[in-house]
Amino acid sequence: MSDVDLMTHPAQSKTVAAQAKLEVRNLDFFYGASKALKNINLRLEANTVTAFIGPSGCVKSTLLRVLNRMYDLYPGQRAEGEVLLDGQNILNPSVDLNLLRARVGMVFQKPTPFPMTIYDNIAFGIKLYENISKSELDGRVEHALRGAALWNEVKDKLNASGLSLSGGQQQRLCIARTVAIQPEVILFDEPCSALDPISTAKVEELIDELKTKYTIAIVTHNMQQAARVSEKTAFMYLGELIEFDETTKIFTAPSVRQTQDYITGRFG
Amino acid sequence: MNANVNAIYKARARKDKMVRVLCFAAAAFGLLWLSLILFTLFWNGLGGLSLSVFTEMTPPPGSKTGGLANAIFGSIVMTVLGVGIGAPLGLLAGTYLAEYGRHEKLSFYVRFINDILLSAPSIVIGLFIYGAVVVPMGGFSAFAGSLALAVIVVPVVVRTTEDMLLLVPNQLREAASALGLPRSYVIRSIAYKAARTGLITGVLLATARVAGETAPLLFTALSNQFWNANLMTTMANLPVTINNFVQSPYEYWRQLAWTGALLITLAVLALNIFARLLAAERKKT
Amino acid sequence: MSEHTVAAYDKELGQLGRNIAEMGGLAEKMISDAMDALLAMDVELARAVVATDQRLDALQRQVEELAILTIARRQPMAVDLREIVAAIRVSGDLERVGDLAKNIAKRTLKLAMEPRIPRAAIGLKHMGETAQLQLKNVLDAYASRDIDKAKEVWERDAELDAMEDSVFRDLLTYMMEDPRNISFCTHLLFCSKNLERAGDHATNIAETVYYLVTGQSLPIDRPKGGSSLTTTAN
Repeated sequence: MSDVDLMTHPAQSKTVAAQAKLEVRNLDFFYGASKALKNINLRLEANTVTAFIGPSGCVKSTLLRVLNRMYDLYPGQRAEGEVLLDGQNILNPSVDLNLLRARVGMVFQKPTPFPMTIYDNIAFGIKLYENISKSELDGRVEHALRGAALWNEVKDKLNASGLSLSGGQQQRLCIARTVAIQPEVILFDEPCSALDPISTAKVEELIDELKTKYTIAIVTHNMQQAARVSEKTAFMYLGELIEFDETTKIFTAPSVRQTQDYITGRFG
Repeated sequence: MNANVNAIYKARARKDKMVRVLCFAAAAFGLLWLSLILFTLFWNGLGGLSLSVFTEMTPPPGSKTGGLANAIFGSIVMTVLGVGIGAPLGLLAGTYLAEYGRHEKLSFYVRFINDILLSAPSIVIGLFIYGAVVVPMGGFSAFAGSLALAVIVVPVVVRTTEDMLLLVPNQLREAASALGLPRSYVIRSIAYKAARTGLITGVLLATARVAGETAPLLFTALSNQFWNANLMTTMANLPVTINNFVQSPYEYWRQLAWTGALLITLAVLALNIFARLLAAERKKT
Repeated sequence: MSEHTVAAYDKELGQLGRNIAEMGGLAEKMISDAMDALLAMDVELARAVVATDQRLDALQRQVEELAILTIARRQPMAVDLREIVAAIRVSGDLERVGDLAKNIAKRTLKLAMEPRIPRAAIGLKHMGETAQLQLKNVLDAYASRDIDKAKEVWERDAELDAMEDSVFRDLLTYMMEDPRNISFCTHLLFCSKNLERAGDHATNIAETVYYLVTGQSLPIDRPKGGSSLTTTAN
């Protein structure tokens, strides 16, 4: 289906050799009558980490929540424009939201382990999509926990409550849970803002490993974090995408004055 | 600190002390009556407590033997049935308010009416069931009594269910939705699980509430001197029995009334303590 | 540039700037004094130049410490990051210029005891003036963030290279004329090398200024003036 869609967008196939995993085109977003996102255009490449930075209230998270249509949970929120996942417009009303969200996973600001055991936290999502034997499930759970660098810390207490883990471990559990259902894109919404520096480093290390398999977008208030983990950085301000470029460029020599003022701490 | 500031500070300290003393006094006043009630109950009721209370039927006028067996049985049957009917309804309605209908206009009205029902005098509910069930069915019945109790249970459970579900952080729902879970799965697998102890506590409190209701049963189940397990006819129950016996001229009946009152109080107390323990357990995790 | 939200940050950057300015002034004066001392065989002045170098070294350490502290404290980004990196690089270059001036002064002290050939030093005088001018211009460019001026310095280094070639040939001629000149002329040869090196540091600073302002580097290939006669590694 993506091939067919591609044919209808000659501009896209012309400009890129490697097709963008996610492409946002002329996106406007509304909370009721107020326009929160204004004409956003950007591309998330596969196996790349794209960071979104900007002051609070500049609706970076809102943009992220458009990418898996999380906003659909709430009335009065609406998006206009196009968001193409492998060339298919996910803003189309006919898109199955549950399948979309299985493809575009999300990790939240606060760790959100489910009120069940560590094992079930992972197995829960897998069982939604696959009918597999217990031993196979065990393997998948272990694989996911290893992938989130959590296995060694929890392998002896898989039946303990997910809530009994530390904040950093809970967050890695949530990442493992997201990875377990094998999404294609992972959205991180300030994943480290509630974590201490060591846990933050572990999550960052994890993101670095995950990008070999997934397309990653991360919203962060920590500019150094954006500089550390991402290849591309988008600076957003008041609902607009001010600058979108290579991370190295944004943090050493940004071309827009507002970006420079923000990242050097001269804002407001 | 100059003299002026010192004076202001002292005045403030005096006020602070006054408020504290008043608060303590009010709390002590309330506790005093509560302990007086409990004391009176134990003083008057403990004497009549014996095995026969649980094994023998309510006595006929003038008899010096007999117990409350049929009334205890009836109370348990009607309470269980009432909660059995009311709690699921309340849970589902509460779920609608907190989950599906959170942004709907209908929720506003449902919540408003539920709050009125919550504070409606139970005798009104008794009268309603009398008119709606007892009269059309042609007689008092345990079934009608259960329905009356159910009507009292519903608003309590709706309220606690909604409150408990609203306490579940939205992020948890979003996290579940982000895995691609349909809404009903999010509610069942995540929200209910997270709010489980709170939901159970709500049902237990509703049970405690209806266990001691007299007025609605007076117009519906009435009472019965004999053992009866037939839901379609009158059934003995503790509150109404107490109501009848305590006003009687017979000393033995009045003694039984006190004992019955003690039993209900102990049962309600036990339910409440159990509910509190559950709530405390919930806070820990 | 508007101010940082954190005022102490601006203060630290300001201090860095002042330290570099002081270093620039010192380095310029050292080169100029060293050349005056050499041409006039002024032993006192030469000793003064040698003594000044300590102050320059101390300043360079201050700049480095403050720069490291600022990086650790503020995690500078973009223009601030470039500013701090530039301060470290420029202070390094200026410290080296000071060393070169000191070397010229030390040779002056030795030459004062040798028989001299005044005409041999004339070519050096011109070289010294050019090196001073380059240094002055590039420090102005740094102070005013003027990339055009920086680029001019960068391109003009070729002249200095050419002059060094010519001085080299002259000195070679004097040495061939009379072997007794060899000692004196060899010292002068080193002095000319020092001046040429000072010019290289000026171009380094010019490159730094260009990076500081634009965030980009000048091309690696710079216009060359001298033949390969004297150039070893730059």
